[in-house]
Amino acid sequence: MNELWFALILFFSSLLAGMLGALSGLGGGVVIVPLLTIAFHVDIHYAIGASLVSVIATSSGAAAAYVREGFSNIRVGMFLEIATTAGALVGAWLTTKLPTQTIGVVFGLVLLYSAYASLKKHHEGMTEKPDPLAMRLKLKGDLPTDDGVHTYVAQRVPLGFGLMGLAGALSGLLGIGSGAVKVIAMDQAMRLPFKVSTTTSNFMIGVTAAASAGLYWRSGYMAPSLVMPVMLGVLAGSLIGSKLLVKAQVRTLKVVFSIVIVAMGLEMIVNSVTGK
Amino acid sequence: MSWDDKRIETWVGVMLRTGVLIAAAVVLTGGVLYLAQNRGPRPDYTYFHGEPARLLSLSGIGHGVMMLDARSIIMLGLLLLIATPVARVGMCIVGFLFERDRMYVAVSSVVLVILMYSLFFHR
Repeated sequence: MNELWFALILFFSSLLAGMLGALSGLGGGVVIVPLLTIAFHVDIHYAIGASLVSVIATSSGAAAAYVREGFSNIRVGMFLEIATTAGALVGAWLTTKLPTQTIGVVFGLVLLYSAYASLKKHHEGMTEKPDPLAMRLKLKGDLPTDDGVHTYVAQRVPLGFGLMGLAGALSGLLGIGSGAVKVIAMDQAMRLPFKVSTTTSNFMIGVTAAASAGLYWRSGYMAPSLVMPVMLGVLAGSLIGSKLLVKAQVRTLKVVFSIVIVAMGLEMIVNSVTGK
Repeated sequence: MSWDDKRIETWVGVMLRTGVLIAAAVVLTGGVLYLAQNRGPRPDYTYFHGEPARLLSLSGIGHGVMMLDARSIIMLGLLLLIATPVARVGMCIVGFLFERDRMYVAVSSVVLVILMYSLFFHR
């Protein structure tokens, strides 16, 4: 295969990944690493570098659309970014120390979990008392709904903050957005409304990924000729995907995409354990 | 004119999208140049061997861009892309300053310091 064909095939595979990622809400990043390592035999470090850049492109590219909806909470996002960026530094540092097989197994397990989390019913409604810490940190907001504006306040802030640290570490270790863990931290732990959790998570993903991207770049994990078609493909795919989102059958897509992710997760675990 | 969170976010959203499009245009330019110059077999990424030192520093990349080196131009685009969320945090600091929210000026500054550390000091 020559350079041009390699770049074109990478571009179109990434375009498809970005489109499916946007349509299913799982993000394109989660399949880029398995795609590059399993189908193109790329070393996992280069694959993670390429994936991380694509995650930033998707997050920043979608930001304008998310802002228009008016659900994301800038204070909640910024406060939790302290945990995710610090976690991302630890994760990216671990990548340079851990053997490829270990990273592969962790990646496989995270893929399996993301598939499960995306299909699970999410929590809605807030009955518990607000956390006094949340009041002091102004982790609250208004949510426009069909029957008037609802006010919400975050709960269990330390638990949410801790989970965000974990989300950041996974993001730095695996080069993914770890949107699934971020949404769990906000939706399940902090009991924020689901729409607030998903849109705020998208905003946070770019900043988290940037924290480890610097370290990846300086460690030589960003191969320009490999990243170029992947980043352009995922970006184009996610922009097309978010345009199509309005008319798509989200539920069916989620199931299909989850099956793909489970297959990739299992393959990564098996390959890593058998040392392929 | 009043400053509120909604306004900061709208501003930031537009800036992010503009940044991404500029970065993508630079990467595409470098990519076209790269593919025009390299007709050989596909590079081998099976084993990690790191990137040349000239692509790992701002000055090295700047020098490469001046020489119209395709890989340096792609890297410049990638760095512009990495800079978009960093700029976002910077803009939030300014927004919170206008809102006179000192606590969140401090929170955003901590995030910015972590990002800067990762980009320029961590090794």
